[in-house]
Amino acid sequence: MSFGVLEGVRKEFLRPGRTVPMVAIDEASFAFEKGELVALLGPSGCGKTTLLRIIAGLIQKTSGSVRIRGEEVDEPHPDFGFVFQTPNLMPWRNVLDNVLFPMEILRRRDAAAKARALELLEMTGLIEFELARPHQLSGGMQQRVALCRALIHEPALLLMDEPFGALDELTRMEMNDLLLDIRARTHATVVFVTHSISEAIYLSDQVLVFSRRPARIAEHIRVELPYPRSAPTRYVPQFTALERRASRALGVLHEAADAAR
Amino acid sequence: MRLADLVAGDGWKRLLYPPLGIALALVLWHWVCVQFGISTTVLPKPGLVLDAAIARRALLAAESWVTLKETVYGFVLALALGVPIAVAITASKTLNLMFAPLLIALQSVPKVALAPILLVWLGTGIESKLAIAWLVAFFPIVVDTAAGLQSTPRELLELARSLRASRWQVFSKVQFPAALPYIVTGSKVAVTLAVIGAVIGEFVGSSEGLGYLLLTATSQIDSPLAFAALFALAGLGILVYLAVVGAERLLAPLLPPAADRRD
Repeated sequence: MSFGVLEGVRKEFLRPGRTVPMVAIDEASFAFEKGELVALLGPSGCGKTTLLRIIAGLIQKTSGSVRIRGEEVDEPHPDFGFVFQTPNLMPWRNVLDNVLFPMEILRRRDAAAKARALELLEMTGLIEFELARPHQLSGGMQQRVALCRALIHEPALLLMDEPFGALDELTRMEMNDLLLDIRARTHATVVFVTHSISEAIYLSDQVLVFSRRPARIAEHIRVELPYPRSAPTRYVPQFTALERRASRALGVLHEAADAAR
Repeated sequence: MRLADLVAGDGWKRLLYPPLGIALALVLWHWVCVQFGISTTVLPKPGLVLDAAIARRALLAAESWVTLKETVYGFVLALALGVPIAVAITASKTLNLMFAPLLIALQSVPKVALAPILLVWLGTGIESKLAIAWLVAFFPIVVDTAAGLQSTPRELLELARSLRASRWQVFSKVQFPAALPYIVTGSKVAVTLAVIGAVIGEFVGSSEGLGYLLLTATSQIDSPLAFAALFALAGLGILVYLAVVGAERLLAPLLPPAADRRD
């Protein structure tokens, strides 16, 4: 059985003053294996973040089921790690103390935790900055700290909500490579939300393309490009073909226009 | 805008120019008194004020001490009660619904108008002054602390929740540190208001303190002494404000950099 299985997940929101609820997610079903990187790709505000939050157990689904390692998720689990769109570091803590925050909550802040934190900071190129305060770092560096914080307790599943969406293009590409590097070293299973087609394909084993509200899975793309991937991967014909497929599913590239080219 | 930013410049200019400005103001004051033949009762010359301050220094010191005590006790009490009350109304929806409107209603009552009533309840001793100082200092602390606690980013709370943090952990490790800069800002406002509260209390009914000294000096047409009391009061206000700024400096490792703060 797969590591993560979603079956017919539906989420409705009640709207004040309206009798018909708004459907945010409709019939989302997919599965992923341990160690896979899964992208939820869709237009802004389509409900993919809502789905990520359901997988996280932060909000309740209306119907359907989400099982991680065979267990139904209906509340947050300490075995999950989170990276949000903005770093959300604590300005009153230095980098190291920010990374160690989850260990403090789990009451496991010991020498081993510190060693792991330093190892993660080393991996993300932040080793000289462990005593710096967040405001002294650039946006990309802050997001790397947030990534370390999400990985410090060795979560079984890493959930990322448009983690690189607020970064500039170059920093974003660097972060993509960093994420692939960390994934290769830690064998983490990752589900992440993005609205960048190329980012989704570059990073993932599978890409789920969502339609506009209500979010339905419009296309399920398996990316067979071999890892490790690097900058040249972005220019192979297979990559472009997958981008075109995702663009069509998103409705930004129409068949007729594509054919008439 | 922070007070320190008003004192621009650097090095020797910072040391020299402020006293120069004060000296210039004093000279102008003296010149106005002489030039227009203003009587000592209306506006005493700076020299006369200084003479009065030196001659009555023991009295001024004693009355300042009384007002300082009222101010500090009132402020500390406002902090000690205001912060927990803000925590309670932000932590509990029920308490919030029950008491937040009441607090807002109470805040809109001019606290000065309560002074005579508090005097009837608590007498003319230090208690009534302390109560008024407390009352005026209390609201900015409650309001700012509550705002600070509610300013905690939702994602940080979710992160804590996902790790199954206890309520105490969420409060002590996330919410309270996030609110601390707001509490400091509220305290700066509150401590200046506490001085005003104490003086108003003394005006309404008292037999000691700088407010009382001001009243008696003016009723005896002893303007130099009244002005000396006024200067003592200004000094006292600056002193307590600087004490809060000093506390802020001590807390600096726990606070975000000044540039990120609304001050």
